[in-house]
Amino acid sequence: MTVDTALLPSYPQDRKCPYQPSPGYQELGGEGPLHRVRLFDGKWLWLVTGHSQGRRLLADPRMSADRSRADFPVVLPRFEAPIFKPLALIGFDPPTHSVHRRLLAPDFSLKHVRALRADVTALAHRLIDRITAKGAPADLLNDYALPIPSMVVSELLGVPYDDHEFFEARTVDLLQAKSPEGAEAAGQALWDYLDRLITAKERDAADDGVISRLASRVDGVDLTRDDLLRIALALLIGGHDTTSQMIAMGVVTLLEHPDQLDLLLADADLVPAAVDELLRVVSVTDVSGVRVALEDIEIDGYTVRKGEGVLVSSSMTNRDPEVYPDPYRVDVRRTAGSASRQHMTFGFGIHQCLGQNLARMELEVAFTVLFERLPTLRLAVPRADLAFRKGGTMQGVHTLPVAW
Amino acid sequence: MKVTADRTRCMAAGHCAVTAPDVFDQADDGLVTVTDPTPPDPARADVLLAERLCPSRAVTVHDA
Ligand code: HEM
Ligand code: SF4
Repeated sequence: MTVDTALLPSYPQDRKCPYQPSPGYQELGGEGPLHRVRLFDGKWLWLVTGHSQGRRLLADPRMSADRSRADFPVVLPRFEAPIFKPLALIGFDPPTHSVHRRLLAPDFSLKHVRALRADVTALAHRLIDRITAKGAPADLLNDYALPIPSMVVSELLGVPYDDHEFFEARTVDLLQAKSPEGAEAAGQALWDYLDRLITAKERDAADDGVISRLASRVDGVDLTRDDLLRIALALLIGGHDTTSQMIAMGVVTLLEHPDQLDLLLADADLVPAAVDELLRVVSVTDVSGVRVALEDIEIDGYTVRKGEGVLVSSSMTNRDPEVYPDPYRVDVRRTAGSASRQHMTFGFGIHQCLGQNLARMELEVAFTVLFERLPTLRLAVPRADLAFRKGGTMQGVHTLPVAW
Repeated sequence: MKVTADRTRCMAAGHCAVTAPDVFDQADDGLVTVTDPTPPDPARADVLLAERLCPSRAVTVHDA
């Protein structure tokens, strides 16, 4: 079927409010669960705003995540960079995906994450010590929100934190690139860096984290050296930008909802569900997953045809009124216990975020330590002066000036 | 109520072990194990929630 894309709403659209989806998406969400939207290249895909439909499509084995397929939708120009085509884990279907995911499962288990909690708490306190020693104002993004996940992921992987300025800057270049060439250059710099790092670890038979553990498992069949490089790249990138921006945007959201912040601080048992509510509201990646249909798929009266692209919106599936009454309200007491985990911020199906329990723990620690230590925290500039990321899907601030 | 978990489908997201810790655990390999395959009735709501949360449909509740 040919679709006149000129008449379709465009994707992506910038948010007007940092923690609410663009008015254009909100309008679509009111019209039904699936919508055709136009991409920058003039092609179209299905934007999914229904929670149940999003879950079912992301769990459907007839949907492929293989970014090297010619029919895989290109959502932003940067995804045309060759470096993105064979993206580890997230861009592979079974059986390769399952093999790689299982190799990493022990490092991201609940037990492992719980064991890291005390160290992350101590780290958060050290960062606050440094912030208070320097005095107000502080840039909460670069002085707190970014160093936490960045140090945690470098420790976990065995990447020297001393190199953080390099890998953080190249990650932003890669994820915020406006052209395929820009993305490729940043990706290649990270690739070369990790290549040298792995070579050194192989030479020294290092035993210092996920990369060296996997290096000893490279067998050329289930795990090639290129696979290892791609996995290291995916974890390094996936491990810090999303979480740091979620801390920053979560703080902005809490500062604008002081009643909710008070509830969170008053009851330690509420913190995990409150963090999930913030994850739901902020939907920091805005996207739960992008796929292409391998066969025709009927879903609730819609037909997604073979070769058509699907993008499941996390910000909108997270506001499906069937699951979330009064969905635009921030309500940290919305759901008790782990029912709060139904949101789509970490995706769904076999690709659901590998780092989600690590991220949850980092967020719990980051919010509680911050507001315990600096209970009078406030923005140091008017909210209208905060500069938010534009033009893409990954949400965020450029800096977050605060005082206390 | 009988509970099974398919380790070949598990993606180690850990929702089950958080939601119903008396019924599910993660083994050293990070994948699910069922520690109580016939949980008592009061655990029913949590076990059904675990089944619903599991992203890879690895958890099944029989005669729910
Ligand atoms: C707030 C923080 C985070 C958010 C919102 C987030 C979001 C997501 C989403 C939506 C997906 C699914 C993409 C898809 O299905 O196409 C995903 C996958 C993934 N995430 Fe995260 N993530 C976060 C933190 C992390 C951290 C801390 C790590 C690692 C240290 C990580 C590593 C990964 C990996 C490796 C995948 C691919 C999993 C697979 O394909 O099996 N993420 N993440
Ligand atoms: S919720 Fe599902 S995928 Fe996650 S650990 Fe349990 S069985 Fe495995």
